[in-house]
Amino acid sequence: MEKNINRRKFLSIATSVTSAVGGIFAVGAFVSTFQPSKKAKALGASIKVNLSKLEPGSIIKVIYRGKPIWVLRRTEKMINELDNENSNLRDPESDLSIQPDFAKNKFRSKNPEYFVVEGVCTHLGCAPIEKFAIAPADMGPDWKGGFYCPCHGSKFDLSGRVYAGVPAPSNLRVPAHQFADEATLIVGENS
Amino acid sequence: MAKNTETIFKNPLLRWIDERFPLSALIKDHATEYYASKNFNIWYLFGVLSMVVLVIMFLTGFFLTMNYKPSAEDAFNSVEYIMRSVENGWLIRYMHSTGASFFFIVIYLHMFRAMLYGSYKKPRELIWVLGMLLYFCLMAEAFFGYLLPWGNMSYWAGQVIVNLFGYIPFIGESLTEWIRGDYFISDITLNRFFAFHVIFLPLAILGLVAAHILALHHVGSNNPDGVEIKKHLDEAGKPVDGVAFHPFHTSKDLVGITVFLIIYFAAVFFAPEMGGYFLEVDNFEPADPLKTPEHIVPSWYFTPYYAILRAVPDAALGALFLVLAVLLFVFLPWLDKCEVKSIRYRGWQYKFALTLFAISFIALGYLGLQPATGIYVALARFFTITYFAFFLLMPFYTKLEKTKTVPERVVYKNKES
Amino acid sequence: MRKMLIIYLSFIFFSGPTFSAGSMDLDEYLEGMNVKTSDVRSLQRGAKNFFNNCSGCHTLQYMRYNQIAEDLGITEDQLMQNLIFTESSPQDLVMNNMLSEDGNRWFGKAPPDLTLVTRRKSPEYVYGFLNSFYEDNGSPTGVNNHVQEASSMPHVLWDIEERFSDQEYSQFLNDTVGFLVYAGEPIIEKRKSMGVWVIGFLLIFLILSYALYKDIWREVK
Repeated sequence: MEKNINRRKFLSIATSVTSAVGGIFAVGAFVSTFQPSKKAKALGASIKVNLSKLEPGSIIKVIYRGKPIWVLRRTEKMINELDNENSNLRDPESDLSIQPDFAKNKFRSKNPEYFVVEGVCTHLGCAPIEKFAIAPADMGPDWKGGFYCPCHGSKFDLSGRVYAGVPAPSNLRVPAHQFADEATLIVGENS
Repeated sequence: MAKNTETIFKNPLLRWIDERFPLSALIKDHATEYYASKNFNIWYLFGVLSMVVLVIMFLTGFFLTMNYKPSAEDAFNSVEYIMRSVENGWLIRYMHSTGASFFFIVIYLHMFRAMLYGSYKKPRELIWVLGMLLYFCLMAEAFFGYLLPWGNMSYWAGQVIVNLFGYIPFIGESLTEWIRGDYFISDITLNRFFAFHVIFLPLAILGLVAAHILALHHVGSNNPDGVEIKKHLDEAGKPVDGVAFHPFHTSKDLVGITVFLIIYFAAVFFAPEMGGYFLEVDNFEPADPLKTPEHIVPSWYFTPYYAILRAVPDAALGALFLVLAVLLFVFLPWLDKCEVKSIRYRGWQYKFALTLFAISFIALGYLGLQPATGIYVALARFFTITYFAFFLLMPFYTKLEKTKTVPERVVYKNKES
Repeated sequence: MRKMLIIYLSFIFFSGPTFSAGSMDLDEYLEGMNVKTSDVRSLQRGAKNFFNNCSGCHTLQYMRYNQIAEDLGITEDQLMQNLIFTESSPQDLVMNNMLSEDGNRWFGKAPPDLTLVTRRKSPEYVYGFLNSFYEDNGSPTGVNNHVQEASSMPHVLWDIEERFSDQEYSQFLNDTVGFLVYAGEPIIEKRKSMGVWVIGFLLIFLILSYALYKDIWREVK
């Protein structure tokens, strides 16, 4: 009798455990279909941007993985303006914000001349508007140029750094990117 | 049933549920204290196997729907997208297409069991009728599903079947237009067939399966000897020839299910096209209204009825015969006048008739795959006659049967003891 | 029961070209045919053959270059040098620059996409087709084809067929057809190997569940 009960227990447990193992593989196969498909990965692959025709002070807009990416070629004046200290920023050292390591500086880029940023407000995702003019009527006399989000009034400087006192909690995000050569930007991967 | 409410659980959470939901009662009534005969043979496996296939079709269908696009423009491409681009999408697709064919294999064998052992006879006529409704739903589900890949055979098979409705007098033309939602099989038709295939019919099937099993459990299962096991109860009120569904039949079915899965997955992994019978070659090119396939053939599980349709010289009459061929099954409980349930104890007339019927069904299935020329036509006509004779002459030949004595107790021998 | 099993198993093992080859008798054009999709080297050669000779006119609209590279063990550099002759990137689908209107005008019938040709017609058909061109002065292309009468396709492989020996040409066709079989179903080898594991697991489970069943039913009289 004892042997019978033990055998029954062993067989029941062995069968249950084996079923569970099979079940896990089966569930895994189904759940794996949720992963991004090859098509999604292909469409989400890094994009090349031709910068040869980009004038200083102008901006190119492209889409990468469904998000707007802005490439701004800063003028000398814009670069100098950023060199000055700006005490009104919430996160001037970009400690709270997301950017590649080489962009953790006041220019938030490797090369001060070219600024690559996601055009997505860090508050609730609207697309900010360019406001590059100095002290226009609608932005007030202290405005040094930057970006303004119309949804809830968040303001960012020409490095996408967020001002204090606005709803957005962090600086505009800088995506992974690298320069293949002087006139070619690749968005999506660092070097 | 109401007296059976004592909880079977020690776990406090389960006991909490038991006070608010008849969990213990359900488990007892339908598993641990549901008694079915101990002498079930392989024919008794196909009911649970059809449930296994149903679950497989639900799950794979659900995951396919996440990536499939039900529009004429995108459908074909979305299937190739699933096959190539979605991780393991190919596996889900092959399981679904193979599962469709296996569903019919299992169901035909399941129906044949009832014909062998008289499982459709009193008091189980309603189980049989519910089962027939399930068969109709399954055929509709397969038909709607077949259009969805929007391959060339999908298109033309859909065209042919929908045109059959045109043979109904007076309303035929408008009816086909109403079914299609357009003047030809189009994107509109595809979209509505998708809705039928994914929502309506699966829910109908689910409900009918529940009713089918409830009706079965209410009366109790039949067995290969056709003996009513409830006639002989022991002191505790349990049938002496019965064993509890759980753990006896569950453990036995588990073996059967495993064997089934081996055969099923062998097909999925090693022969998903099955020589063109599970995945037709014409479906590897997109639907083309200008290019009719050389042979328009329905899926293999419809070919017996297709053969009957073509065997009748007149098209409208052929359509009627096709419908009758399917409908006649429903009336078996009342056509069969023999009192004895199981073929083991019936007269030679039924044994001969059933054998001839099985041969006719398979022959018609084969003939439905061939072009309707030469000797195939004569053979199809011959077997159509034998097919219908099985049903229409049944009230007469079953009355003539000299049956053997049906035993009081079930025939069972445990090979171990 | 055993009979059913034998019938079923023979179906699996012998199924294949029975239904797909259609009614035509291709055997005389299939000499030397020995397609092996398990031979990765063959598929690599076949890919090269395809892109050198076929991709100018024929697309593989459901295949991505980077999938071919991954499945056939080709690096991205090798891909760019040997297989991609258009402006495409590795993640793109295998398309070309021929518009279907031009194809219709130039050839009478635009060259069809070939991703699914071996599943639609069978590998035997494609091999036989490439192996049965003959000279025909009455045809606009100067050639005709035994497997596909009045085919609009010129004999693109004429030069290769002339230069190669019979054996080499058969090898060429085997590689190319093999590549097309792969393109028709890229998962073909992986599904077979996965199948072995699944059936193996189920066999182990069968032994366990059978032992459990026998143990439980021991007491039934």
